[in-house]
Amino acid sequence: MDATTATTDFKPTWVQEKLFLGMTWKEYLRSNYTPFNAVAAFILAIGIPVIMYRLLYGLGPSTNLSDNNPWGIWIGFDMLCGVALAAGGFVIGTAVHLFGMKDYGFLFRPAVLTGFLGYLFAIIALTFDLGRYYRIPYPMVVSWGVNSVLFLVAWHVALYLGCQFVEWCPAIWEWLNLKKLRKIFVQATLAATIFGVCLSMLHQSALGSIFLLMPEKLHPLWYSEYIPLWFFMSAIVGGLAMTIIESMASHRIFTHQIKNSDPEHLDRVTLGLGKATSVTLFAYFFMKVIGLAHGNNWHYLDTPYGYWYLVEIIGFVLIPAMVLMYAVQNNHVRMVRGWAIVVVIGIILNRVNHSIIAFNWHLSWEDRYVPHWMEIVLTVTIITIGILTFRWIMNRMPILYDHPDFEPEKH
Amino acid sequence: MMDSDRRTFLKILAGAGITTALGVPGSASADGDLLPGYPDQFGVLVDTTVCIGCRRCEWACKEWNKLRDQKALKEYEKDQAVFQKARRTNADTFTVVNRFNNPRDQTKPIYVKKQCMHCYEPGCASSCFVKAFTKRPVGAVTYDASLCVGCRYCMAACPFDMPAYQYDNAFTPEVTKCNFCFDRISKEGGVPACVGICPVETMTFGKRTDLIDLAHKKIRDNRGRYVNHVYGESEVGGTSWLYLSSVPFNMIGFRTDLGTVPIPTLSKPFLSLVSPVFIAIPALAMGVYSFKKRRDKLEEEEIKKALEKKKESK
Repeated sequence: MDATTATTDFKPTWVQEKLFLGMTWKEYLRSNYTPFNAVAAFILAIGIPVIMYRLLYGLGPSTNLSDNNPWGIWIGFDMLCGVALAAGGFVIGTAVHLFGMKDYGFLFRPAVLTGFLGYLFAIIALTFDLGRYYRIPYPMVVSWGVNSVLFLVAWHVALYLGCQFVEWCPAIWEWLNLKKLRKIFVQATLAATIFGVCLSMLHQSALGSIFLLMPEKLHPLWYSEYIPLWFFMSAIVGGLAMTIIESMASHRIFTHQIKNSDPEHLDRVTLGLGKATSVTLFAYFFMKVIGLAHGNNWHYLDTPYGYWYLVEIIGFVLIPAMVLMYAVQNNHVRMVRGWAIVVVIGIILNRVNHSIIAFNWHLSWEDRYVPHWMEIVLTVTIITIGILTFRWIMNRMPILYDHPDFEPEKH
Repeated sequence: MMDSDRRTFLKILAGAGITTALGVPGSASADGDLLPGYPDQFGVLVDTTVCIGCRRCEWACKEWNKLRDQKALKEYEKDQAVFQKARRTNADTFTVVNRFNNPRDQTKPIYVKKQCMHCYEPGCASSCFVKAFTKRPVGAVTYDASLCVGCRYCMAACPFDMPAYQYDNAFTPEVTKCNFCFDRISKEGGVPACVGICPVETMTFGKRTDLIDLAHKKIRDNRGRYVNHVYGESEVGGTSWLYLSSVPFNMIGFRTDLGTVPIPTLSKPFLSLVSPVFIAIPALAMGVYSFKKRRDKLEEEEIKKALEKKKESK
């Protein structure tokens, strides 16, 4: 390796080209001294020991979980929000490959990558929540609890992870220059997309259906037979809003990768996504109102929990739906992007309400759950590792641009 | 009727109308209220008007199940401070006796023993994705730690908040709960440890059907002594453990808002959607896809024709 670097016409080795972005090890190391990486390193310096502590000392000392509150933010935030917000891969996949919306084709790879990593890291976070994490394959290989909604979630999330991997594979094979393998996987994309739609519909709604077994613990304003539908619809909203945010961020951060960068095209597509978000949000809002009427829970609205419910449903569903519609009608792209963030916060709020805030509402305050600092640190650490992984891949694989040596994928 | 209408409605919505057309098998007949349960299962009738709060049952339970923090029997009887706050089951305690004010006679507080109710159709069993819980024909709901992954869904799904977890066990934590002394009651003439030690016969062990009769007979024969309700007879579809009380049950720590629908029934309509989705959605998706293909092809042909025309005109 030294010999090659010494020569004047520097020809990178395979490792240097694929892993170190065409730099030598020293250059690559130096290029990583950035403020962003300093923050990430700081988080990992605290987070990795916390993860070790959790694994060595168990859930008791590292969490505030109790017999009354068996689930905390590792389920309520990491799992429920992570999966809902990673729905972009499925939403964009459906739009591009099934409905043939060619304009959105360039979003497919980033959306699939975001989705894949979102699921992967949600599962990794979940692992730390499991008392016996080393038994995580048990529902697949040891004992089938087919009557459990969680059984469905486990299988479908695992299978869907595979589907998204298949959809992402063409980018990997292009990076590694494996033409034959790439061809096979490009052909498999349609099947993976259709299978992924079924799996997504079911496990997104199943994550809500988990709460169907707890009518006596979840506040009536959040408990309903419609939970599956609510979770599915809001996951579509989450996927769309995250795609708006993710495409904005990627096109800013990795703009040097895109040769024929066309901000106007991105703006046009963002408006389209904004419209879809708005329409789905309106539908979701009406579905929530129907649920309220169906359960005849109006009288709960004039209680503290009712006000909180209204904050979620008016402030983070109805108002964003109206603002997004206004922004799309008047071509305010920046407004669409800003309010997409509000929508995402609304989805997070909804999931946390279901799993933590409106859960066990009958208990006295002293028996309620508040996350331990280690739970928060572990969550932040997992997200940080997820972002670092995302960046690592974006810097190496043709996600935002078409690889020059390959025919672009047909959509 | 109302309930089944709702479910059909949900299915129509979630399955885009296809579900009902396909006729989901088993969804109507699987309703818990139609299931007879194990006819010969055992139960225990707890008469809370009899209990003296000696907590010997707690001692016997720990002794038999070899739980941690065991103390001498005398200390259980002496310790009155423990009643100041209502306790719940935990990793080292499968059963607890709590004390409640008696509004009818302030000098005679009411003591209530609590443990797993051993539901006809247990929520814990339907929540478990590795089938670690089993409702046994003798009535006991047992737990198999060798399968448990530790997701703790069972704890969230139990309407009585009975299962607890060994949070301080780092590598092999287990869910803990009363197992109705499954090995004892499986033997001829065996009774649970708590029932065996009770000095005042607060608890009666026997066939559940007999206990229901006994409970109603007690209510009939002792006018004014009990409220006219046998807790557990129909709560969440019925439980093996049954309770009698002199005051309304919500005054002695029981939830009276649980309803009579078994917990597993609540997720069945959703689970019945799984196979239809896998049939209907790929079909729909392929349909949409072929439309798209056809449209693209027509577009291409049109462009070709236009180009040819241009050439010709030149």
